[in-house]
Amino acid sequence: MRLTCTVNGTEQQVDDVWEGESLLYVLRERMGLPGSKNACEQGECGSCTVYLDGLPVCACLVAAGQAEGRQVGTVEGLAGADALHPVQQAFVDAGAVQCGFCTPGLLVATHDLITRTGRPSDAETREALAGNLCRCTGYEKILDAVRLAADRMGADR
Amino acid sequence: MEFLQPSTWAEALEAKAAHPDAVPIAGGTDVMVGINFGHLRPALLLDLTRVADLREWTTVAGAVRLGAGVSYARVITELGDRLPGLAMAARTIGSPQIRNRGTVGGNLATASPAGDAHPALLAADAVVEVASVRGSRRIPVTDFYTGVKRSAMDADELIAAVHVTPPSGPQQYSKIGTRNAMVIAVAAFGLALHPDRRTVGAALGSAAPTPRRAPAAEEFLAGELDAAGLWESRAELPAATARRFGELVAAASSPIDDVRGTAAYRRHALSVMARRALTWAWTDYRDESRGN
Repeated sequence: MRLTCTVNGTEQQVDDVWEGESLLYVLRERMGLPGSKNACEQGECGSCTVYLDGLPVCACLVAAGQAEGRQVGTVEGLAGADALHPVQQAFVDAGAVQCGFCTPGLLVATHDLITRTGRPSDAETREALAGNLCRCTGYEKILDAVRLAADRMGADR
Repeated sequence: MEFLQPSTWAEALEAKAAHPDAVPIAGGTDVMVGINFGHLRPALLLDLTRVADLREWTTVAGAVRLGAGVSYARVITELGDRLPGLAMAARTIGSPQIRNRGTVGGNLATASPAGDAHPALLAADAVVEVASVRGSRRIPVTDFYTGVKRSAMDADELIAAVHVTPPSGPQQYSKIGTRNAMVIAVAAFGLALHPDRRTVGAALGSAAPTPRRAPAAEEFLAGELDAAGLWESRAELPAATARRFGELVAAASSPIDDVRGTAAYRRHALSVMARRALTWAWTDYRDESRGN
């Protein structure tokens, strides 16, 4: 089937999509957007977190056809032309990236958290990121990165 | 595989009538896992996310009519005050990403014994509204679950909504698993105290072939509260009553040993969760009378 949706503000159209395919597969294998990672394929790890009509979701659990006509936002859409997004820069500066596999999902989830709450408490951060697994960092550096990003984004407001 | 995307409820019912083997998909949190892992290869996927009616909730005759497609996230933010037990259950589900997609209707349709919404719905005497081209009917949720992942629905039917009456008393929910987020329950328990009709709703999940009520526990507690005049006095609940209630809830289960836990652990956990949930609910009931 043919799928048309808007990804990071640009309309994308792909053909020969299998009806049982996930949005994640479409993004990675058909649209050339491999930022969202494919790990568990069952919504457990959060590595494929993308925005769907403004809400963070696991792209692996969205049937491709369900994205027809919808707005999709991926990690590739966060950075500006010249600079990383403050959330991305904070992850770099805080050392919150090790192997990097979970990072794209964490960036989208963190972007959503700070956009919604401004300066989240640690408890809010833990709750908001509970669906994003990282097996390297032990999460402490990720919490540092969230605080740093929230401070910098708050200062920009 | 075919992918049908009805935009109205009438079209959805026609599609299900024409293709009774079609697999409905809403949030995809169950269906897509099955497809991704090759366990599920439906001839036809029936996407219900374009049916706007399913995403609505309204109040009908004092009860909330919760459209089958309302996400758990919306149950929490929009209905946390009116449906506290269901909202508590919703907060335990998955992660923010899962709660943004998963729906109460989908939980019912899957009818897993471990589905998190079920104990809350059972304790609150919810009623499931199902429909087909033949018409609609209401199934008390106590009669809805007929076996492991089986329900009282016919092949041509879809879930339209679930009706839940806002409570006259406190509700509680408890779930145990290996961590707070992203777990399939090892055991779960839902409680509703109904001071207006002096009854109790108590239900368990993940500890029997279906989610189920614990009638002996419900009758015991309602009887004790009546006999001691506690509905009126709101005096302290005897510890022995809470403990016996927990034992009777555990006795209503028929759990199995599996990868998530043993039958013995589930029975023990249920007795503890039921006792604690009752203690929390009773504290809420007493605080309420003090205007807190």
